[in-house]
Parts: sequence; C-alpha cells; structure tokens
Amino acid sequence: MSDKTIHALYTDDDVLLGAVKQVREKHYHIEEVFTPFPVHGLEKAMGIADTRLAINAFLYGIIGLTVATVMMNYIMIQDWPQNIGGKPSFSYLENMPAFVPIMFELTVFFAAHLMVITFYLRSRLWPFKSAENPDVRTTDDHFLMEIDATGKDIEEMTKFLHDTGAVEIKIIDKDAH
Amino acid sequence: MLANDTEHGDDHGAAANTHQVASHDDAHGDVHASDGHGDAHASDHESEHIEHLYHQLSNKPWSALYVACFFFFMIALGCTAFYAIQKVAQAGWSPGLFRVMEGISSYLFIGGILMFVLLLASGLGANHIFTWMNPGIAEVGHENYDALVAGKTGFLNVPFWLIRAGAFLVGWNLYRWNIRKFSLKQDEEPDGNVWYKKGFKHSAMFLVFFIVTESIMSWDWIMSFDPHWFSTLFGWYVFASMFVSGITVIALVTIYLKSRGHLEFINDSHIHDLAKFMFGISIFWTYLWFSQFMLIWYSNIPEEVTYFITRIEDYNILFFGMVAINFLFPLLILMNSDFKRVNWFVVTAGIFILLGHYLDIYVMVMPATVGESWFIGMPEIGSFMLFAGIFLLVIFNTISKAPLLAKGDPFIGESKHFHY
Repeated sequence: MSDKTIHALYTDDDVLLGAVKQVREKHYHIEEVFTPFPVHGLEKAMGIADTRLAINAFLYGIIGLTVATVMMNYIMIQDWPQNIGGKPSFSYLENMPAFVPIMFELTVFFAAHLMVITFYLRSRLWPFKSAENPDVRTTDDHFLMEIDATGKDIEEMTKFLHDTGAVEIKIIDKDAH
Repeated sequence: MLANDTEHGDDHGAAANTHQVASHDDAHGDVHASDGHGDAHASDHESEHIEHLYHQLSNKPWSALYVACFFFFMIALGCTAFYAIQKVAQAGWSPGLFRVMEGISSYLFIGGILMFVLLLASGLGANHIFTWMNPGIAEVGHENYDALVAGKTGFLNVPFWLIRAGAFLVGWNLYRWNIRKFSLKQDEEPDGNVWYKKGFKHSAMFLVFFIVTESIMSWDWIMSFDPHWFSTLFGWYVFASMFVSGITVIALVTIYLKSRGHLEFINDSHIHDLAKFMFGISIFWTYLWFSQFMLIWYSNIPEEVTYFITRIEDYNILFFGMVAINFLFPLLILMNSDFKRVNWFVVTAGIFILLGHYLDIYVMVMPATVGESWFIGMPEIGSFMLFAGIFLLVIFNTISKAPLLAKGDPFIGESKHFHY
C-alpha cells in the first residue's frame, strides 16, 4: 500500500495518446498530462468535459455589442448630436447603419480579450506565477503523464506503463510533491 | 422616376407624352406636349396610371420566370466554383463529395441553355424587362432617349450582351464537361495521377476565368435591370449568394443521399465542414450586403440611393426580411459547433438559406421590372417549382450515372478518414 504518484514520460504524442487510452481502460486515475504542444484529441482521450469557453465568448460578444450601442447612443445622440452629412442625429435607430462597424468591432474586441483573460484565469495562469509542471523537459520534447498510485501495486503499474511505451518512470511521494 | 420613364416603352408613348405629368420630369414631356387635351387631363392621367400598371404586370410573369431560372442556374454555377476550389486547394476532406458536386454542377448545361433562351427572348423583344433595350433609347430627340443609358451603349447593347452571355456559358460548360470527364478517367486509370493533374490545371484556369466572367455576368444579367445604377462590389455580392446557395445544396443532397443509405464513407465531420462553409459564407454575404448598403446610404447620392429607396419603400418586408433570413438565421442556428453535426439543424438552416437567397435575387430584379406592383403569386411559385423540378431531375440523374465514390482520387483515403 502506498500514497504515491507516478510520473511516466513519453517522447511521442501518438504513443502518449495510445497510452492514455490504455491507462484509462485499466481504470487508473490520470491526474494530469503535461505536453510541450497541444495534442489533438488528448482531452477526449482523457475524458475531460467539453470546454465552456465558447458559451463565455458568446456572452462576452453580447456584452461588447451592448457597450457599443450604449456608448454610441450617449456620445452621438444624447450628449453631443452633430450634423454629419445630414444624417439623422437625434435617433439611434435611424442612424444605426453608421454605428454598425463600431458595434461589430467592439463585439469582436470584447469577445476576444475577455475570452483570453478567462482562459488564463481558468488555467490558473497569472503574472509571477511559478511553473506547475513537474519536469522541465515537458516544455521541450517530453510528454509527462501523472497517475495516482494510491493503494495500487506500484510494481505492476510500473511494468504496465513501460509496456505502453513510457521511456522513464518516476515514483513520487505525495507528501513531498 | 427615371426608371419608370424608360420603362414605358414606345407603345405606351401616346398617352404618356401628351401631358406634362409632374412625375415625368425629363425632356420628352416638354417636347411632345401638344394642345387640345387640357379638358381630358384627369381621365388621361388615370388611364396612364392604368397603362403603367398594365406594363408592370405584363413584366411580372417574365420576371418571375427569370428570377427562378437564374436562381437555380446560379446554384449550379456556385457549386462548380466550389468544386474547382476544392481541386485547386487539393483539399483532403472533400473528395468523397466530388460525385455529389459533379451531379449538382451538371445542371450548368441545361440551366445555361434555359438561361440563354430567356436572355435571347428579352434581346429579341419578346418582353420589356430590360428597360435599356427600349428602342430609341440612345437616339437624341427620341421619346425614349435616355442620356445615361446612351452613354453606356458601347458596352450595353443587345448583340454584344448576347455574345458575352454565350461566351461565358460556353466557357463554364467547357470546364464542367472536362472536369467530369477527367474525374471519371482518373477512376479508370489512377496510375501516375495523369487525369488528376490535368484536372488541377483546368480548375486553376477556370477559377481565373470564372471570377472575371461571373462579375461581368452579374452586371449583365442582374445589375442592368437598373441601368442607371451601379455598384462596384456587385459581382462579389452575387458571387456570395451563388456560393452559399451552391454549398447549401451540396449539404442538402449529401444528407439526403446519406439518409437513403448511400455515401457510407461520408461522416458527421464532412457535414460539419459543409455547415461551417454555410455559416461562414452567409456572414460573408452579409458583410458585402452591408458594405454596399452603408456606403450608398451614407453618401446619399441621388443616382445611387434610388436603388435602396425603391427597395425600402416598396419591398420593405422582403428587403429586410431577406437580410434576417440570410444573416440572423444561419448566425444563430449554425453558430454552435455541435449543431453543425445535427442533420436536421443543417437541413432547416439550408432550406431557409435557399429561400433567403431566392428572395435576394427577387429583390434585385423585381423593383426594376414590376416596381410596386409585386406580389408572390402563381407565376413566382410556379416558376420556382418548374425550375426546381428540372434542377432535381438533372442533378439526380447525373448522380445516378457514376459510382458515388471517386475512388481514383489521390486524396480519397484522407477524405474517408476525415475526422474533426
């Protein structure tokens, strides 16, 4: 019996993807996978729930559209109506075509920027944050799978992981981690 | 009102020219004003209005036929362009759909003949839907004289107009005939990809030819209904319409064939990609629609803005309703990634896109030919059904002629395994 975590390292994304599937079939719990680049299909293989970022993007876009509408209405209609080319300056709706580019741009602006910020926060990334990845090689050419080994037979697991194509296996004490 | 004036034609002249009607404000009213009709003024005015209405209504069946004919022709042409782009881009996802695209583009031949017959009928004077064809329009002093159109007759005259139409149709059909032949040959002799390479070159040349001729075609066949008006992005605008309609029909035919147990090598990811195109090109169409609208609305130049004034005043519900159908509907329905894989969502969106683009063509043509006397009745529905019937007969007949899998295409393996 142990209270340990296993770090299995791979050098190829296809091998990693196959290994993730095998490990899940064996009902071992994968805590995290660290990769130097996004591996297509990894989140599906790991069984991670779909991202909700798209829903956020839609809501942010609507916020941007609203801000643009309110802003242009205040600036151009209420606060300081100007006669530009004889266009109706006392009605937002009648002058709306002139504001469509601004409404479009702010929709995109809000959706893009807020989506990036949301993504950073959700990924627990912020300035001066120290790196969480356990091995620096995962930023270069290695892939690392972190598997929970609590209450499991370490020897059997090690052997199994070697068979999935792992090039290196480390056993980490959870308390030390 | 200029458009209405030229529309009257010579046969209408007697009533129109004996009086100076306020709305008929150009020169011929003065020139032809004669004495002795003052007491009959009121009744003449009325009969003139009835005559005007009569001319608009006699244009209506022809216009309805023309709109429907062009709509289905443009689907085939848009599909051909999409097919050529797939070939030139050496796309890996789409070769599984090549036979469907070839089937839809096969309407280019019959549709082209029907289109040319209609153009010929107008050119020979069987109808008066093209006002710039009125006799005497370029003769100074003639009752139909129109200085603006007269300045364009070097380009806009019936013989040259028909020659252009003929040349474009022959060019497009030549490509379509060749590429179908190459595609079938490639299945028989896949070694060395000889036919595939030939098809690549032909497609690249076709695309260059297409984008120039499509633009001129849109001026000739659509924009010249309003011969005083012009828009420099009109070619792109019509292109976006035909492109999105063509892609939508590819998606609909694919889903139909799949529901019948064919196309077993086509999966959800292919439908997803087609739906992405439907979504993207709908947005692109809206971008062009708005670019055209906003610049003309903002500058408010009388020669330009009449185009939108007639549409907003007489066609309000169709004009804005069509934008809602072509923009808001695909935007909201097809935005979600998962919905693009649900067949009935794609079919629903597709039917509305096709309806919307039919109305788009309708609103481009009708204001110049029938003016405010429009309504969607038997001529419109009947013409639509007629051409829809011919279209479906031709495309499914062609699809049934060859195996649905273009097995010789070098990218067919990638297409079969396409997965998003």
